[in-house]
Amino acid sequence: MTRRSVYLDHSATTPTDPRVVEAMLPYFYDDFGNASSAHGVGRRAERAIEDARETMARIFHCQPKEIVFTSGGTESDNLAVRGVAWAHRERGLGAHLVTTSIEHSAVLKTVQQLTALMGFENSVLAVDRDGMVDGEVLAYALRPDSALVSVIYANNEVGTIQALPQLAAHTRQKEVLFHTDAVQAAGQLPLDVTLLGADLVSISAHKFYGPKGVGALYVRDGVQIAPSQSGGSHEGNLRAGTSNTPGIVGMAKALQIATEQMEESTALYRRLRDQLIDGVLSRISDVLLTGHPQQRLPSHASFVIEGIDSNNLLMHLDLKGVMASSASACKTGNPEPSEVLLAMGYPYPLAMGSVRFSVGRSTTEADIAYTLDTLVAAVERLRKLRLQPSAV
Amino acid sequence: MKPIHETRVVVAMSGGVDSSVAAALLVERGYEVIGMMMRLWSEETVAGGAHNRCCTPDQMADARRIADKLGIPFYVLDTKDVFRGTVVQFFIDQHRQGVTPNPCIECNRHIRFEYLLNNALALEADYLATGHYARIEQNAQGIYSLKKGLDDAKDQSYVLSVMGQTQLSQTMFPVGEYPKPEVRKIAERFGLPTASKQDSQDLCFLGDNDYRRFLREHAPDVMVSGPIVRRDGQVIGEHGGLANYTIGQRRGLGITSADPLYVIGVNAQTNTLIVGVLDELGGRELTAKRVNWVHGAPPEQQFRAGVKIRYKAQPMPAEVTVLPDQRVHIVFDSPLRDITPGQGAVLYDGDICLGGGLIERAPQPLDGLPQ
Repeated sequence: MTRRSVYLDHSATTPTDPRVVEAMLPYFYDDFGNASSAHGVGRRAERAIEDARETMARIFHCQPKEIVFTSGGTESDNLAVRGVAWAHRERGLGAHLVTTSIEHSAVLKTVQQLTALMGFENSVLAVDRDGMVDGEVLAYALRPDSALVSVIYANNEVGTIQALPQLAAHTRQKEVLFHTDAVQAAGQLPLDVTLLGADLVSISAHKFYGPKGVGALYVRDGVQIAPSQSGGSHEGNLRAGTSNTPGIVGMAKALQIATEQMEESTALYRRLRDQLIDGVLSRISDVLLTGHPQQRLPSHASFVIEGIDSNNLLMHLDLKGVMASSASACKTGNPEPSEVLLAMGYPYPLAMGSVRFSVGRSTTEADIAYTLDTLVAAVERLRKLRLQPSAV
Repeated sequence: MKPIHETRVVVAMSGGVDSSVAAALLVERGYEVIGMMMRLWSEETVAGGAHNRCCTPDQMADARRIADKLGIPFYVLDTKDVFRGTVVQFFIDQHRQGVTPNPCIECNRHIRFEYLLNNALALEADYLATGHYARIEQNAQGIYSLKKGLDDAKDQSYVLSVMGQTQLSQTMFPVGEYPKPEVRKIAERFGLPTASKQDSQDLCFLGDNDYRRFLREHAPDVMVSGPIVRRDGQVIGEHGGLANYTIGQRRGLGITSADPLYVIGVNAQTNTLIVGVLDELGGRELTAKRVNWVHGAPPEQQFRAGVKIRYKAQPMPAEVTVLPDQRVHIVFDSPLRDITPGQGAVLYDGDICLGGGLIERAPQPLDGLPQ
């Protein structure tokens, strides 16, 4: 049976841009060298990596040496949080870490581990119904022994964009380091660190049409961090391990393309996203847009639908070729409510009924129209199923 | 009739050989097949993992790989709450009433051929298929019959006797047409794992194999000690809770006696366990309740049938009389030793399963005694 296929899960990952793949190819073949080697093929790899670092530095408005290449967003978050915590511990400084109730698990679990195993203390900032962190709340949470504040730039589940410059102003005033997980933001929002005011910024290539398995952490010059992975002296002693030359080259190329066409692509994303949001809110009853209505990722539309179990909804959509996602759904049929939605004040049943659609470069208006029709029909069928006389 | 390639079938997959072969056969026949596994409720174990033995992460991974191999989509359906609310609750309630339930029958009644079937139909499926050893046949008048699986040793029609015409019209049992060794060969032909998992996990929701511990923890009120009496009312000991015992049980009574004593009955109202010698065990009659007729109605008001009183028992010849309120009275040609309230009494006409109910009243050892 031929069926339409509509991929609306670009927040999960994106396809790799063919131009990116092309830029990577030489580093699998002719220029395969280990960038640490002293010979010719090694030097060619090293040059490619340093070129990539410069490209990225221009986009971050930072010095090349402030870019650390990693294996992805999770490693960048781990390095930032654990690295700052350990460096503080090493120097006998404060052990207080501040996060929010809507952080990605890469930050959350790292902080939890530091708290559980190493005696760090943790404050978790509450968010409002839109998922926004209040600067005053942050200022109030800061203590003389605070080491690091970590706030997600744009949330992966609900798309809310934080006012980073305002938040960073509070931390700068108290001389506390500020990290942001910009994994969802990269490619759609500015990464200019002079504007953001962050001391550390995590990104991951596969979210902006780059390859999987490569990411970066911006570390402001002078910020003390300890490596979270030990070994060789790669990446300024911050990230041991042979450099992923093709991945790094691909990431730089992908970020360059994404930055050059950001205005154009985000305009497209917004149009499609709003078409989807308007359609859902007008055609389905008892549905709420989650996240901030305006301050949200251009590509991101997320909802909670009353009386719907996300697991089942995703199944129904998938069989019609519509690929979406949900924080509460689970491949093993053991759904848990979205922690983010609970933190934003949604009640348990609604936190079980979330669905996220994220558009991308290849999404069309016809895709959105098809998705809307499919979603409306699936919700109707599932609500009817729920009303069937149940067992006993 | 829809053409086969437009006919959508949801296959309940377990990762085991039977349901995998069911899926493979349907794919081969050209159906549009969707693999689905139910995530069932299980109690938390001490180790912290709550994995129902019918759907462990390993079995889920196996089923997912098999679906992938067959090129079909695969989903896991969260069935925890409804399973807990029906099958597990039923198990507890039945023990509270002093009977020995068969959870698989309840699971097929409420979970597989109600919850799962409804979910499959909502996915616009035309059929639900499972790996059961049973057969469905439709006659010229359009009436569906449930028949024993071709492999008599594997036949599972006993636990499917809760199905009616509507469900049979929406169900397929692809492996019921084959003997088990043939099913293994088919699995080999498709390159599917052939290792047989344990056949049936009767009490799949237990963290271990100890249902008595489960009841002590989840329903302590059913595990209250009471008297052990002989048929004449003579108290000869104390039991630790009726749920510890089942009809015909000899071991674990903690009573010394010249002749071996067996559990011959219980009285849940008085929390009394009744024991007796072998001759006192069993009888020729029973009544069954909640009787389902596969054809929608009994063949006659009174008829002869083969009656199975346990999953693994042979059908025994009997005279069946239909009573009001979905009940039947059954008189066997010869006495049976282990007629156990709570188990299914399933009626057969040769290969054809006519239906079945739950044994409510076995031969009454206390009949005629002052209560």
